Amino acid sequence: MPADSGSIAKVDLDHRGRSWYVDKAVGGLVFVGGVSAIVFVMGIFVFISREGFGFVFGTLDIGEFLTSIEWRPTSENNPRYGALALIAGTAAVTGLAMLVAVPFSLGAAIFIAEFATGRTREGLKVLVELLAAIPSVVWGFIGLSIMSPLIIDTFDQPVGVGVLNSGVILGLMAAPIMTTIAEDALKAVPDSYREAAEAMGATRWQVVWQVVLPAGRNGLVAALLLGVGRGFGETMAVLMASGHAINIPTSPFDSVRALTATIAAELGDAPRGSEHYQALFTLGIFLFVITFLINLAADFAVRRGAPRG
Amino acid sequence: MLSVRGLTIRYGSDVALENVDLDVRRNEVFGIIGPAGSGKTSFLRTLNRMDEENSAMSVEGTILFNGRDIHQIRNVYNLRQRIGVVFPLPVGLPMTIYDNVALSPRLRGVKKKSKLDEIVERCLQRAALWDEVKDRLTALGSLLSGGQQQRLTIARALSQEPELLLLDEFSIAVDPVTTMRIEDVLRDLKDEMTIVMVTNLVQQARRLADRTAFFLNGDLVEVGETEELFTGEVKDQRTRDYVEGRFG
Repeated sequence: MPADSGSIAKVDLDHRGRSWYVDKAVGGLVFVGGVSAIVFVMGIFVFISREGFGFVFGTLDIGEFLTSIEWRPTSENNPRYGALALIAGTAAVTGLAMLVAVPFSLGAAIFIAEFATGRTREGLKVLVELLAAIPSVVWGFIGLSIMSPLIIDTFDQPVGVGVLNSGVILGLMAAPIMTTIAEDALKAVPDSYREAAEAMGATRWQVVWQVVLPAGRNGLVAALLLGVGRGFGETMAVLMASGHAINIPTSPFDSVRALTATIAAELGDAPRGSEHYQALFTLGIFLFVITFLINLAADFAVRRGAPRG
Repeated sequence: MLSVRGLTIRYGSDVALENVDLDVRRNEVFGIIGPAGSGKTSFLRTLNRMDEENSAMSVEGTILFNGRDIHQIRNVYNLRQRIGVVFPLPVGLPMTIYDNVALSPRLRGVKKKSKLDEIVERCLQRAALWDEVKDRLTALGSLLSGGQQQRLTIARALSQEPELLLLDEFSIAVDPVTTMRIEDVLRDLKDEMTIVMVTNLVQQARRLADRTAFFLNGDLVEVGETEELFTGEVKDQRTRDYVEGRFG
């Protein structure tokens, strides 16, 4: 077409303009951002492994580590590194925390996302976010000064710190952030799903139960996971509210000690490079591996739970 | 079947539809045509009280469904169950094809597997989708193609065993072949239910509707036998202009 060839000739096809370079530069920056996440995870893993691996494959008896409750890293003649009680402590506290947090956060998320309107909704969202911003040491303080006497009085116990105290504190701590994530997951469910179900004569609750919750399942699992991760990783509040006693809990009132709290409390006193120091890093590796496994399991559950496409 | 008197719909202070009177007879296909923003969809939404889910929407006037004022009905969920709705964009709910169609019977309390199987098969057959999906009923409904999802939506509406079927521009996201298949389905359904069909395609109204109403800017301009509107004398020149494509 001769009439067109004239106008095309005027367009410069050989020089890249500013927008081309900006595009490449932004692409590169975003790539670095994305890759950094991988680099940091690898870096942390290399760091804790370097400090702990020599010990794990040398001195440490892994069987003893997993099955013994004797944690005596500072003993002069006979140091023992049994982490079972610490593992049990963390598991018990996290488990109870989830029992507290899941109903609260799911209920709050459903109410905010599906039932509340206007100012109630906005107000609640702000409050929940505010709650999520409370520092963990404040929660620990609440555990020590409010929960503890409450438990002593109510249940007639000699001590108020332990699984119950730290589990409830941790649950209340994890609930706001779980609520926020779960609410986002529910809000991400398209309104057309709700309308379709409502038009069929479904009640509000039927819409939520039959359509919205299944549709938002992946996000809800993510919220739960974040809560479990929070429970596993939380240190200060657990250190303050759990009693910090090496013990396999047999009742909710027993004092326990968590993996994280052990690292936080002992690392400062352990000479760098010593067996004790390396043993603490071994706890770190263990936490890392468990978190990784939980993520993996949840990923698997999410994928398997979805009907075949 | 359906009797609307003095219906006015507002969004805040904006009037979407003003003072509409019309009747829909049993077992007819009633078409509603009109340009975008003329109040067609708002009208459909009031018929099963879906307006109540939108707080900005306010409705005046009376709507009689089988002689009952729908605003006096105390169990709105049962009212909605009697009325099937098909939205403009296909909504395959994120569950299996089977569960999509079985949802409404389950909400009604049907639990027996054999009964559900039978309902699912019958509704999918009647929506002309059964042959395409019968071997993969456990696949996700939201992964079907647009045209298939729209037929799934129709199957789901049929599973309610409705007396009244509301269709809101059902062919907007559907290819012409599927559109023709759905139109054939609707012709068959007319024997068992009443159909109110909003459409942007005036020719679709002409093909399907027994009577047609023309909405324009919130007014009901004219309602009459469809063929009259297209070929005979119209009361209002705007109707003629619209059906002949001179504006809209």
